[in-house]
Amino acid sequence: MILGRVFLTITTTGTDESPATDLGFLLHKHPDKAQRFSTSHGTAHVLYPEATAQRCTAALMLEVDPVALVRRGRGKGRGGAPDSALAQYVNDRPYAASSLLAVALSSVFSSALRGQCKARPELPERPLPLRIEVPALPARGGAELVQRLFTPLGWAVTAEPVALDEEFPEWGDSRYVRLVLEGEQRLADALRHLYVLLPVLDDAKHYWVAPDEVDKLLRSGEGWLEGHPEQRLITSRYLTRRWSLTRTALERLELARLAEADDTEVEEIDNAVAETTAEFAGEFAGESAEEEDGTQKTEGGVSGETTEAAGKPVPLAVQRREAILDALRGTESARVLDLGCGQGQLLAALLKDARFTEIVGVDVSMRALNETARRLRLDRMSERQSTRLKLMQGSLAYTDSRLRGYDAAVLCEVIEHVDPPRLPALEYAVFGAARPRAVVVTTPNVEYNVRWETLPAGKARHPDHRFEWTREEFRSWAGEVAERHGYTVEFRPVGPDDPEVGPPTQLALFRFGADGTKTDGTSTDRTSTDDKRTDHSTTETTSTTTAKEAAA
Amino acid sequence: MTDADVSTVKRSLAVPDLSLVVLVGTTGSGKSTFARRHFLPTQVVSSDVCRGLVADDENDQSATPDAFDLLHYIAGKRLAAGRLTVVDATNVQSEARRSLIRLAREHDVLPVAIVLDVPEGECARRNAVRPDRAGMPAHVIPRQRRELRRSLKSLEREGFRKVHILRGSEEVEAAEITTERRYNDLRHLTGPFDIIGDIHGCRSELETLLGKLGYALRRDERGRPVDAAHPEGRTAVFVGDLVDRGPDSPGVLRLVMGMVASGAALCVPGNHENKLGRYLKGRKVQVTHGLAETVEQLEREHTEDPEFGDRVRVFIESLVSHYVLDGGALVVCHAGLPEKYHGRTSGRVRSHALYGDTTGETDEFGLPVRYPWAEDYRGRAAVVYGHTPTPVASWLNNTICLDTGCVFGGRMTALRWPERELVDVPAERIWYEPVKPLTNEAPGGAQGRPLDLGDVQGRRVVETRHMGRIAVKEENAAAALEVMSRFAVDPRLLGYLPPTMAPCATSSEDGYLEHPAEAFAAYRSDGVREVICEEKHMGSRAVALVCRDDTVARKRFDAPDGVSGMVYTRTGRPFFDDPRLTGKILRRLSRAIDSAGLWQELDTDWLLLDAELMPWSLKAEGLLRNQYAAVGAASRAVLPGVLTALENAAARGVEVSGLLGKQRERAVDAAAFTEAYRRYCWPVGDPQRGWPGEEREEPRGRRTVGSRGTDGLDGIRLAPFQILAVQGRSLAALPHDQQLAMIDRMVEAEGLDADANNSICAYVPTYVNRLLAPTRRLVVDTEDDASRAAGVQWWLDLTAAGGEGMVVKPLQGFVRKGDGRLVQPGVKCRGREYLRIIYGPEYTRPENLDRLRVRHLGHKRSLALREYALGLEALDRLADDEPLWRVHEAVFAVLALESEPVDPRL
Repeated sequence: MILGRVFLTITTTGTDESPATDLGFLLHKHPDKAQRFSTSHGTAHVLYPEATAQRCTAALMLEVDPVALVRRGRGKGRGGAPDSALAQYVNDRPYAASSLLAVALSSVFSSALRGQCKARPELPERPLPLRIEVPALPARGGAELVQRLFTPLGWAVTAEPVALDEEFPEWGDSRYVRLVLEGEQRLADALRHLYVLLPVLDDAKHYWVAPDEVDKLLRSGEGWLEGHPEQRLITSRYLTRRWSLTRTALERLELARLAEADDTEVEEIDNAVAETTAEFAGEFAGESAEEEDGTQKTEGGVSGETTEAAGKPVPLAVQRREAILDALRGTESARVLDLGCGQGQLLAALLKDARFTEIVGVDVSMRALNETARRLRLDRMSERQSTRLKLMQGSLAYTDSRLRGYDAAVLCEVIEHVDPPRLPALEYAVFGAARPRAVVVTTPNVEYNVRWETLPAGKARHPDHRFEWTREEFRSWAGEVAERHGYTVEFRPVGPDDPEVGPPTQLALFRFGADGTKTDGTSTDRTSTDDKRTDHSTTETTSTTTAKEAAA
Repeated sequence: MTDADVSTVKRSLAVPDLSLVVLVGTTGSGKSTFARRHFLPTQVVSSDVCRGLVADDENDQSATPDAFDLLHYIAGKRLAAGRLTVVDATNVQSEARRSLIRLAREHDVLPVAIVLDVPEGECARRNAVRPDRAGMPAHVIPRQRRELRRSLKSLEREGFRKVHILRGSEEVEAAEITTERRYNDLRHLTGPFDIIGDIHGCRSELETLLGKLGYALRRDERGRPVDAAHPEGRTAVFVGDLVDRGPDSPGVLRLVMGMVASGAALCVPGNHENKLGRYLKGRKVQVTHGLAETVEQLEREHTEDPEFGDRVRVFIESLVSHYVLDGGALVVCHAGLPEKYHGRTSGRVRSHALYGDTTGETDEFGLPVRYPWAEDYRGRAAVVYGHTPTPVASWLNNTICLDTGCVFGGRMTALRWPERELVDVPAERIWYEPVKPLTNEAPGGAQGRPLDLGDVQGRRVVETRHMGRIAVKEENAAAALEVMSRFAVDPRLLGYLPPTMAPCATSSEDGYLEHPAEAFAAYRSDGVREVICEEKHMGSRAVALVCRDDTVARKRFDAPDGVSGMVYTRTGRPFFDDPRLTGKILRRLSRAIDSAGLWQELDTDWLLLDAELMPWSLKAEGLLRNQYAAVGAASRAVLPGVLTALENAAARGVEVSGLLGKQRERAVDAAAFTEAYRRYCWPVGDPQRGWPGEEREEPRGRRTVGSRGTDGLDGIRLAPFQILAVQGRSLAALPHDQQLAMIDRMVEAEGLDADANNSICAYVPTYVNRLLAPTRRLVVDTEDDASRAAGVQWWLDLTAAGGEGMVVKPLQGFVRKGDGRLVQPGVKCRGREYLRIIYGPEYTRPENLDRLRVRHLGHKRSLALREYALGLEALDRLADDEPLWRVHEAVFAVLALESEPVDPRL
């Protein structure tokens, strides 16, 4: 894919006494010349489509060299070929335009940005009637966010979405808006607003990160950022996203290529780690952020999924973890599998309880595992702690001998991420092959969804949920699983148990042969197994058959 | 077996052809002379020689420990390689012999002792004439002789399977060595054989199976079968477990014992015979696992024929745990045997042959978990065995298990050797309830075992028949695991993934990056004369598994109810989120195949199709919106402003003419870019807006109704271009013209079918849009200038009319070069306009083209070949009805390789 051009115009009006062409002095660029400048990403042109005392317009045009841009992203591809997945997904996208424009602004108009004008030192201090137009501005958050960012700075904002393709109206709007800013501002302030806010509005997929970004932000934001109502969003998008996204892009190259092979976007399959988490990456160490984040991750579709308990809202994710820990403690489990551990929220809780002597986090997503290792600060954990914890990639679509012989396994909000036709494989992998003594399964209760006002009717709580079950559906599945594999099962509510629709989360606790009616079979089973071992006989029998024979 | 008392002039000493022969005798007793006379010099390992090797002195007693280390090492190497070995050392002390017996057991060979019991005086005399032994203390010989005499009685107890004692020099002189075959060595028997799986007392099914195999049964006066013979002199081989659980174990024994006695059959014991044998010998055994039934049946038999039990006991005692047959090409035993045990003789070998290897764990039914030895098997001999009930008998690494659970209601299976044909008969009923179901619901369960992570995870090497070993890197497997687990369709329905395809070599023609001339030249230089140019449909790759109906899908692919196949993408994801839509497409395909008569012609009830599904926008909408359309939208939003600004500046006299000209050209490029992708986008499910590439046909009497009346497939077009596999056969090597001719018939049949269908539904007139699209093609002779030129022109016309381009393939489908390496199965030549989507709106500008021509095709080509070979492998395994994990291994590897780093624009 190749970038469009990046283009913006700055227009001011004037009178004979205070001519609009003063803009030329302020920008240090002569109105009667077309000038070109080399920047790191291509050639920038500055020219003036109009320059009269009444009205003067400066146009900045950046011609990005797409071929060079792709070649910049040389990765570990063979034979010197560019690792184009990296090129494709990080550099070579139209929405990187704003970052590039910001770079161009700062290099072409550096004095103006600093508010310096040697020839006319009084000019920069003077507010001018300005009209700034960016015909194609990538804006994540749309026209609405553009308004929220520029209006508080005293601009009259016009932001119109650009349609993707008029021949396909069903595709809707592009991520671009046509932006017009009008207002009385000092030129330097206007440029600084653009310098910071254009990259913020961009999808922020920058690959360049300079260590002095914070200084730059402080300098450019001086005088306006501190009082801005969206200061937190601006700062976090400007600073934190770039690190995490750079890292992310490198981690998901393989997945990116598989998406590419399928003509789909990488986000469609690389969704095991919620994108929103990056916004909080810097704060995760704090418990509150973790909870906020945990909620975001597991119930992405529902904002603020919390329920009132004891007057203080406790996030459902926390209640769920508590319920799981309770269940595990009740089964006297010490060696525990967290199957589908995601980003490790439950692992963190398990680590805090010393009775769990061996904790294994398994997930199919390498990104989730890496994220977990970072969040749990695995590399800095004490040796004693870290020997209790093991992370490994695994998949419940396959049997896995590494998972055999544990006391308990937890599938916390996992089954609903599996396509129903593939549940029998999961069932066999867990209950047939791994066969822990106890299994805890939690899943949403779809009946409860009506209690969330923010959740549109009929919509799943998370876009990746392949199904959400009623209490009846869950019970019938769990009952059959237990029956087939010799487990007993009990059900527990998690969260407030609504008299009509039940609890938001349902939990099933399976135990292997724990029940009185099963014990009989189990003990017989055990002895017959032992017999077989010593007898070398590897043929089949059941406890039931043996029992029948005994009875007969 | 002790031959001590026998004394003849010529005495024959039997020695198994693979054994460890331990000579026992005092110094000077003539061992070395004896060894020299009867064995090859290389077969003899002498302690004296070893002492010399480590210490430069054959009599340096201080070097003895090292010398024996060396002796054991050499003997061990020889035994591991299956060679008869003779140890020439005094071996008069039991400790020395014990370590040799251990060595023999470690290598699963029989230890044999030959004792040279020669009087002291004679030994001393011999030593005296040898200068190097002249200094030997006088007490040595008497001491050694004392030790020898003490040992004589206990040699068999120590573990020697044969002990030959030669008393005095005369007996030593008169001895002769006769090598004898091991009991299990029947290599001289070449069959042909009919190897029969576990019977478990199912006498009636056995009779039926023998009949089906062509044996004539001989019955006693009471009509009971007592023998059977094959008119062509074939030999039956029973893999054991004749008895227990089933209704007539004595009847089975009577028949098999008769056949073995008459020479019509061979039989190896199963664990059930072993246990029955011990029971009959009066040992205490658990009367479980169906032995109770046998005991009861034998007691009934006893009342009529009191000697029957004894005959059974003798028969069982006579059984040899495994046989090596047919020149070493075939090994038969009950529970499978790794190669290192073939033809060996030890308790361990017997135990493995009877019980197999277990991991020590138990499964959810309390049954021991068997170690999957066959998965590691790489031996030359085919191993045919039973013991583990499996739903279907199938070859795995040259091994096959014939226990198909007859007694549990499955089938009784036989293998014809050397034909390798399977013959089976169904159980008449469930004679015995299995503890664990023969199959489980997990994918693969129906064919042996469910898919295991070990089949796919980590760095792996997949063995392919067409390209040898193909490696998969760990990080690629990790990515594939995520996609396969979270997004792919059920692996049972995913028997194949299409390989990536390399483009033709980069063209140096003006204005072109890809051009057919390069493709023709490349195939010509590979020695491929006829190539087929196929229109490249611009949609998304789709593979369709089409079964005749859901019964077939359930039976062959273990599919859930109501599912009659699958349509999936090139990474194995379901093509449609809505299974009903998939179902509709499959039904249409199935009808078209039916109308075209292909089910009968290909003798199949399922087939796997490689196809392109259009429009592109159907699957790639996200990509189109966020990447392609976005670029177009940005260009359209920006360019008018840029042009106005430049024009105004120019009007003011600012020198911008160069810049302005360039921007105008770019506006043209941007418009061309938008046009390029728009061609491949159209809405579906709307009968008013069908496929833009085709005139809407309105046959007589057919009415178009609103979108509610359609089947939701309007606008969706499927262009199959290859039939990959059908029941029992991979069609990957079928020439492409024949392939496409069959597909044309499907396309044609769909039209007829739609008409017929429509007249039936007279009351609800439904306009049925045609789903199948034909693939245009042209055969080109790469040696012929005119033909090549015609190929180029065909491509130019095709792409000028908006086509994506074409794929050039060797007409024969599957081709190797002179040096035996695979030829690319196809290369793509994409159209000049289409490539704008890939390389950007302005790629055709000369300065861009020059730089873009530097593209590295080597890795892409190698990847394309490796994926192709893996794809072929998957198809072969699928067609051969191999277990799911074997098919999945190859399919998974294709997906993993797709995540290798390669320029995605190629």
